[in-house]
Amino acid sequence: MMDMQTLYLLVPLAPLAGAILAGLFGKTIGRTGSHIVTILGVAVALLASLVIYQDVQAGNTFDGPVYTWLVAGGISFEVGFLIDSLTVMMMLVVTFVSLMVHIYTVGYMSEDPGYQRFFSYISLFTFSMLMLVMANNFMQLFFGWEAVGLVSYLLIGFWYDRPTAIYANLKAFLVNRVGDFGFLLGIGLIAAYAGSVNYAEVFAKAGELATQEMAVTGWSLITAICICLFVGAMGKSAQIPLHVWLPDSMEGPTPISALIHAATMVTAGIFMVARMSPLFELSDTALSFVLVIGATTALFMGFLGIVQDDIKRVVAYSTLSQLGYMTVALGVSAYSAAVFHLMTHAFFKALLFLAAGSVIIGMHHEQNIRKMGGLWKHMPITWITSLLGSLALIGFPFFSGFYSKDSIIEAVHASTIPGAGYALVCVLLGVFVTAFYSFRMYFLVFHGKENFGSADSTPHGAAHEEEDHGHDPHHGLAPGEKPHESPWVVTLPLVLLAIPSVVIGFITIEPMLFGDWFTGVIFVADNHVGLKELAASFHGAAGMAMHGLQTAPFWLAISGVVLAWFFYLVRPGIPVAIQRTFKPIHSLLENKYFFDRFNEIVFSGGARLLGKGLWKFGDQGLIDGIAVNGTARLVAWIAQMSRLFQTGHLYQYAFTMIIGVFVLLTFWFNRG
Amino acid sequence: MTDIPLLSLAIWVPIIGGLLVLATGSDRNAPLARMLAFAVAVAGFVVTLPLYTGFDTTTSAMQFVEVSSWIPRFNINYHLGVDGISVLFLLLNAFITIIVVLAGWKVIENKVAQYMAAFLIMSGLMNGIFSALDGVLFYVFFEASLIPMYLIIGVWGGPNRVYAAIKFFLYTLLGSLLMLIVLLYLFMQSGGSFYILDWHQLPLPIEPQILIFLAFLVAFGVKVPMWPVHTWLPDAHVEAPTGGSVVLAAIALKLGAYGFLRFSMPIVPDAAHELSWLVISLSLIAVVYISFVALVQVDMKKLVAYSSISHMGFVTLGFFIFNPLGVEGAIVQMISHGFVSAAMFLCIGVLYDRVHSRQIADYGGVVHTMPKFAAFFMLFAMANSGLPATSGFVGEFMVVLGAVKYNFWIGFIAATSLILSAAYSLWMYKRVVFGKVANKQVAELHDINAREFAFLGILAVCVLAMGLYPFPFTEVMHTSVNELLRHVAVSKL
Repeated sequence: MMDMQTLYLLVPLAPLAGAILAGLFGKTIGRTGSHIVTILGVAVALLASLVIYQDVQAGNTFDGPVYTWLVAGGISFEVGFLIDSLTVMMMLVVTFVSLMVHIYTVGYMSEDPGYQRFFSYISLFTFSMLMLVMANNFMQLFFGWEAVGLVSYLLIGFWYDRPTAIYANLKAFLVNRVGDFGFLLGIGLIAAYAGSVNYAEVFAKAGELATQEMAVTGWSLITAICICLFVGAMGKSAQIPLHVWLPDSMEGPTPISALIHAATMVTAGIFMVARMSPLFELSDTALSFVLVIGATTALFMGFLGIVQDDIKRVVAYSTLSQLGYMTVALGVSAYSAAVFHLMTHAFFKALLFLAAGSVIIGMHHEQNIRKMGGLWKHMPITWITSLLGSLALIGFPFFSGFYSKDSIIEAVHASTIPGAGYALVCVLLGVFVTAFYSFRMYFLVFHGKENFGSADSTPHGAAHEEEDHGHDPHHGLAPGEKPHESPWVVTLPLVLLAIPSVVIGFITIEPMLFGDWFTGVIFVADNHVGLKELAASFHGAAGMAMHGLQTAPFWLAISGVVLAWFFYLVRPGIPVAIQRTFKPIHSLLENKYFFDRFNEIVFSGGARLLGKGLWKFGDQGLIDGIAVNGTARLVAWIAQMSRLFQTGHLYQYAFTMIIGVFVLLTFWFNRG
Repeated sequence: MTDIPLLSLAIWVPIIGGLLVLATGSDRNAPLARMLAFAVAVAGFVVTLPLYTGFDTTTSAMQFVEVSSWIPRFNINYHLGVDGISVLFLLLNAFITIIVVLAGWKVIENKVAQYMAAFLIMSGLMNGIFSALDGVLFYVFFEASLIPMYLIIGVWGGPNRVYAAIKFFLYTLLGSLLMLIVLLYLFMQSGGSFYILDWHQLPLPIEPQILIFLAFLVAFGVKVPMWPVHTWLPDAHVEAPTGGSVVLAAIALKLGAYGFLRFSMPIVPDAAHELSWLVISLSLIAVVYISFVALVQVDMKKLVAYSSISHMGFVTLGFFIFNPLGVEGAIVQMISHGFVSAAMFLCIGVLYDRVHSRQIADYGGVVHTMPKFAAFFMLFAMANSGLPATSGFVGEFMVVLGAVKYNFWIGFIAATSLILSAAYSLWMYKRVVFGKVANKQVAELHDINAREFAFLGILAVCVLAMGLYPFPFTEVMHTSVNELLRHVAVSKL
């Protein structure tokens, strides 16, 4: 039997080894070799995680260092692991989804010249994400945090000759850095006041921190720490106003949209706040802040999903909205519900993205849902799995999404924290909106008239055979051509993800939310309701689903689906008319509330303007122009002037001497 | 401890070796000059290794000390020694010298022997600066090191090299003259000693302390360089050949920062506390103002030069918040910046050698023709923006943590570098490396050769190793930094 600690190390290192092999020796080991080593690495990590899961269930947790990174100022910065129920759940989600995505990629990227590089990146991502969730201290958390950001940057810009892709990846990195800026300050405050960056040591001092005020500013220390940390989560988990990078991240290949920008990386913020529950519980102000941001994101990002025509962008806005739901759960102290939704969402959203990818392959890189329709005949597996994923997403009873979303709504309902009323409205309306945009997409893609294959819809259609597939997003089917179901490497992950999307909620709700799975890991203060009321009325998963059929969220979801069906299949004229009538609102949504334009002008333009100003006026004008070269000119001028006295005429020198003697004598006589 | 005068070897092996290289004379013997220079550089590095392996981390006293009388009449001694603060810089310096020799191997065709000799001699002189314990000896090395750099810029530089070389020379000379006055004053006050550690113990009233501090601030601030006396650096970098830029950024800038630790802080601690607000303000201006200036540069070398100034702002900031995280973070930042800025300038040199332009606008899509280079450049650009697991992160992280402890708002301003450094580094990277192939010249680029791969590879290993395991670096400096901070906390009034 392998030593458990070796096993812990194996989990992140196996994918890392795969990444290094595929990355540095990709040419040598070839395409097949690259996907074998990386898939093997992730599979090993998954198996090891399963063993660790068994071990944790048996009650064995671990918290200890691997090596000391640095010691300074009395603080020891270590690389170490914390293995408990929260960690192991995240490890399973990450390695499972990652394995599915690895397999899927074999089919999806088969024609791409950057095949090995892609596998190297996604394995590197898996390593980074595992380091993040397994950390037992803030330093390593930050390391993983930035490392996943790096890989995200590399993958969004994977097709580096597309201007949109390299614009999107820079934007993603910089917006994330704004979040990390807050995160780093939070860690700085913790290090300064708690004198440690180790979770356990910091949590032990949480009570002490809660009573302190910050020097200089006089703010409540714990509130400042929590809000700083949450700013980090806002960047990574794409909460308003730092959400702007996520829709653009769809420029990356679809497998990474599923893995990084839906299932795992973007949930890092949620995970982090749940991990920090002993701190957040001590500040109602911070919790209210979290709640309001989350609720706003949940509803208003959902609205944007309604007007998108790009299949990936619809799913992206849906991800934003669902991340909002998770954040709401954090805000009402229902951390386990947040993590539960994180898990169910990871499965069904990865499924939806991969299914979207499958559609994109079938459509020969066409992403506009208006140019699809009736695909159910041609792509049956993709169709069925998409339907299952969509039902999970809208929270249809018995599906996984129902259990997690309904728990969140109930927890908001029970909460008394400031902002809970607003949040309740947002999450309830959000249910309707989610159902509407999800099934709008579903109907437009899989049902109705076939809008592809006509000459006018695919201007580049005929050229696709000769060109390189990975590099031009605007292909499409040739006239008369029909889409085909994707190969098994693509559909197998869909099926494997569809299973948990349907059943995982039913199976795990009881231990995760109402059992003692998270006891001692997630902390809820006595004055916060959290899930306590819900737990009191819970009588089994089946009962909850039966009850769910009679509640408002269910009927909201159903009306969303029906409305989408009516608008997009029965009477397509209505949405067009509405769009015409409410033009200002539509344009507000089309422009995504003008966040991008604002950032473009104020931050991006402002920074360049400021830089130019400081450079031209400060450096070149004042410092160099006046001070430096001015001094040089002054010296030159004085030299010029004094040169005039050096005439070489003896009588002028003699005359000057006489005057000098005269002046001196005057002084001499008047000295007394 | 050995009886071998290791520090003297570290100083004189490169200098004498450099003179030998010089003796090979004309360019007909260029291959010999190159080989000899490489051998000397490696030998120079090898003799510094025992300084690390034999270093005693438990004491803050000077180690490997050598004393012999030089000018007895004024009690001037040839007095050498290193502590935990200075020892790493000798290694860094000797290491970078090897890289520089490699980097200039094929590129320099004109006056090869003289070029190599200038770098070797400068390397020895800078080791002298880091190990001198006698004020006059320090001053002599400090001034002498200007000459090779002046020649490197003035002889092998770009079209505007004469302006840049003179600007560099006059700027730094202005500062060092003020330092000379202070050194003489301290000699008088201490009753005729040029021993720097004697000055550390010398009681001084507050007024002279303030004046001494300001004189040192100008002398070292110019070297660092601190805002607003930084404008010589971008010009010097732009005109200097690649090797010159590497040494300038990696080592020469550290001389000023080192001066703060060896002179300003321990000799006039009360003034240092009194005027810490000034240094902190100038450092924060460097971090923020200079970052914005870096953002809008159109010349890659200027951009990296400005980014250097901004990163050095972290160093001076770290010193003057007077806590171990800050000071050790600052020293780590200095070493890391030695690797990262060297690598950035070498990357630009690789491009310049091929296209003969440093304008960002002349590039685009380099990754298509130079994938290996693009990977290295990505790593170094990320290190430049302080990504964890690279050396660039360690120092900044420590300084920000220390700064937040000292004052939240100072930490806040310093941490904006996280955003700004990523913005200027990656925006440049995007325009140069990503995108479609921009023009015919880029289309005809060939990827890095074995020699270029070697020096970029070695630096990549250093950057990653220091990022993943900085412990060995900080372990060396603990005792000395703690002793320095303890000393600075005690008033001399």
